Amino acid sequence: MDREKRKEEDFSLPRLRAGDRAEFARLVDAYSGVIYRLGLKMLDDPQDAEDILQETFIKAYRYLKDFDGRSSLSTWLYRIATNEALMLIRKRKNVPLSFDEALDPDQEIEKPLQILDWCCMPEKELMSAEARLYMQQAVEQLSPGLRAVFVLRDIEGLSTEETSRVLNLSESAVKTRLSRARMRLRELLTAYFGERMSALGLVEPGDD
Amino acid sequence: MDHEHCHSLLNSLSDYVEGDLSEELCAEIERHLQSCENCRVVIDTLRKTVYLYHATAADPPVMPQDVKERLYTRLDLNEFLNPSP
Ligand SMILES: [Zn+2]
Repeated sequence: MDREKRKEEDFSLPRLRAGDRAEFARLVDAYSGVIYRLGLKMLDDPQDAEDILQETFIKAYRYLKDFDGRSSLSTWLYRIATNEALMLIRKRKNVPLSFDEALDPDQEIEKPLQILDWCCMPEKELMSAEARLYMQQAVEQLSPGLRAVFVLRDIEGLSTEETSRVLNLSESAVKTRLSRARMRLRELLTAYFGERMSALGLVEPGDD
Repeated sequence: MDHEHCHSLLNSLSDYVEGDLSEELCAEIERHLQSCENCRVVIDTLRKTVYLYHATAADPPVMPQDVKERLYTRLDLNEFLNPSP
């Protein structure tokens, strides 16, 4: 985010609010890459990511005149894009997925089921094209509410505070969700890398 | 092995990995880790999980040129496409 933040200071809010097209084009140029990536990580479909990208900037142009500057421009764009992504997920799943389904504060964190140390696997296994694909698919298995937090925090690198602004959640809710998302992904990655370890003959006899 | 204790620490593991815990709680977790192999593995693999996602995210975002062109067309910004650097 540091790179984006520095860019942020370069934009003239009065010009953006007045609908200045050249200034808006600069904004699009600066943020379209990250917004496209956010869409890809949220839905894992290039067409959906492109729809999110276009809708985000169409809405941004429409509502810039009302942008009050209390949050940063990037936070504001992330918020529009994340809402677009969540709406699209709801539509795709064709079931009424509540964004709050993962919010139940009383629900305890999942107990880790798989205890297997795969950390020592060679880097080229951990970062192989297949592993990366699996990791992306694992993110898609998170509920939308957990996924949004995980993508913003651990992939886009937003702070807890920025994420709470984007999603309109308390900081403690962001932390809880991030924790649950990470534990869930750890579980999924353990299943995957466990199989890879067996395939490579790296599991010692006696290990579960 | 004190499984009750393991379970009560679970909620703090992500914060622990983040370095986001009070000194007191940190020390408590570290004491527990010395005697609990299971939790050590969970922490190590959790940390590695976060590391791997960070590593894949480090690549700059790549937007195909045709996606960019369609975006600029949709926004009626074609005159600003590919400004000289
Ligand atoms: Zn333990």
